[in-house]
Amino acid sequence: MLAYVVRRLAYSVVVLFVATVLVFILVAESGNPLALLLANPKVSRSSILAREKLLHLNLPLWDRYWIWLSHAVRGQFGLTIANQPVGPELWSHFAITLRMVILATLLSIVVGISIGVFAALRRGRLGDHVSMTTCFLFLSIPTFVIGLLLKDFVAIPLDQHLNRTLFYTSGEQSPSISGGFFQRLPDYAQHTVLPVITLVLVTYTSWAIYQRSSTLDAMDSDYVRLARAKGISPKRVLVRHIVRNALIPVTTIIALDFAAVLGGAIITEQVFNWQGMGTWYVQGVNNLDINVVLAYLLVTATFVILFNLLADILYALLDPRIRYD
Amino acid sequence: MTDAEHLATTDLGVLPEMVVGGPAATGQPLPGPTGRPGLDQHGMSGEVKGQFRIVAARFVRQPLAMGGLVVFSLLGIASAVSGHVWRYSYSQITNQFATGPTALDPFGTDDIGHDLFAQVMRGIEKDIQTALLVAVIAMLIGTTIGAIAGYYRGFADNLLMRFVDLVLAVPILAVLIVLGHLVSKQAGNWFWVAVIIGVLAWTSVARLVRADFLSLREREFVEAARALGASNRRIILRHMLPNAIGPIIVNATITVATSVILESTLSYLGLGIQPPEVSLGSLVAAGQDAATTQWWLFVFPAGFLVLLILCIFLVGDGLREALDPKKTRVRA
Repeated sequence: MLAYVVRRLAYSVVVLFVATVLVFILVAESGNPLALLLANPKVSRSSILAREKLLHLNLPLWDRYWIWLSHAVRGQFGLTIANQPVGPELWSHFAITLRMVILATLLSIVVGISIGVFAALRRGRLGDHVSMTTCFLFLSIPTFVIGLLLKDFVAIPLDQHLNRTLFYTSGEQSPSISGGFFQRLPDYAQHTVLPVITLVLVTYTSWAIYQRSSTLDAMDSDYVRLARAKGISPKRVLVRHIVRNALIPVTTIIALDFAAVLGGAIITEQVFNWQGMGTWYVQGVNNLDINVVLAYLLVTATFVILFNLLADILYALLDPRIRYD
Repeated sequence: MTDAEHLATTDLGVLPEMVVGGPAATGQPLPGPTGRPGLDQHGMSGEVKGQFRIVAARFVRQPLAMGGLVVFSLLGIASAVSGHVWRYSYSQITNQFATGPTALDPFGTDDIGHDLFAQVMRGIEKDIQTALLVAVIAMLIGTTIGAIAGYYRGFADNLLMRFVDLVLAVPILAVLIVLGHLVSKQAGNWFWVAVIIGVLAWTSVARLVRADFLSLREREFVEAARALGASNRRIILRHMLPNAIGPIIVNATITVATSVILESTLSYLGLGIQPPEVSLGSLVAAGQDAATTQWWLFVFPAGFLVLLILCIFLVGDGLREALDPKKTRVRA
């Protein structure tokens, strides 16, 4: 097992390296980030040259990549095109995104698993049909449509109706906020509810469908029949034999879906104007800000790879029949 | 690749029954549509038509799937035809502007004076076009890579599956944002939008085909073909691929739906299909600021977008059920 983990980590480092090379070439070749400055007659030639030097734009591609890589492995991600260090910006935006992602993932796990088990127990009956139909419906609504629906057709009319602001629809917190954590908490909550619901609605569906399917498999298995035949109470069969076994495949799916949740967070942040990592990244791409783009991709890819590894390890731990050579 | 990865075809759209199945605990790949007892020999060409009829009959019996297919076809035909017969073109500026739905403009007009009906129809047409092209690209790449990895195993398998890991290492949307920015200046860029989604969307079908091929290569009919001296190419194309075609078709349908989602999301961010061309995603983006006052600018594009995706998902689900009735979702 340990040898397997070490080998996987070694592979992952190679994957990360290749990914950064590819992205570096892509972004570097797609245009000059200083094009706007060049077009501005008020900016002198010498100041542009100075900026170019600062961003290493005057060097050949491979030298630039080497400079980036040798700093990145030491945790330094260089400067943005606005001359700010990338590192602190990255982590502050990351913290904002995590607020949304962690809450949404936890809620989606609870909602997805409960609905999946519920639908399986009601197999073929109304409860099953209703929960699976809603899953299909939410699966078919793109993230930005769900976000806009909640924002424009739920929150804004509700706030107008109540004549006070219950849900904020823009930003991750009020700009003029002060006080201790517990004084700020209600404001955070008012800003966070809608984005989290959006992310949950696009995330829980596939988990619920998986959970339903694996629960049905467990219900039809021989060991459950045996457990019933032995006279174990139905409740105990459900908890100890069905649900416990049915959770195994879903656990790995949830770990593997981390990339999809981060992707959903990009859209949710755009809809609700959160200054999170996704918004920061989209701005970085639009500005051709290579250090911002690479920092985002490196950090998310590292997390995704770690979660994939976690999925494999969890799978082996939960199901002792699985062996990695 | 590990057993865990067999089961974990993570992409949102892939329906779990294809992946987490009965033999899940042993990590064995699921049998294809012809994996049922009694149908084992059906790789032969004389039987294919008969099997096609069986599958078609099973598909027709499902009201939801048929409904999805009918509505999808209607949307496709209406969007293709309306470009020629509707009184306004999607890029035309009419005398009306910022009006709600009227007899002249059934979906209303925007602030500039575009007729929203013409725009929505054009958006549907572009979305379907893009998504179909994505599915073709993704199926070609995914099936090839999956088949080679599953058939040859060993080094080729290892290399190709690490390539899959590379593609899956970053959120697909994040990569699409970079690529979308790159192709946003191309003229007629719906084609390029389809290409960039296609070269990223093949991973799930590659894993699926690989898993199928790993089990198919051990079966007697493959052994028999090999004993008769068939080349690897012939075994893969004529003997194994027809046996794996069911899950590929289902996955292709799901890929069409997910690529409509990806394309509209990209267009919503302004990095997909570029003006003057329209897509449902860019129409929603244009209508979002006025959603509370000029509801039609949001409701019509978003509504048709959801309807389109839902129909494709329903067709995919119906196909899955028709091809593999053992794993019935509702009746079980």
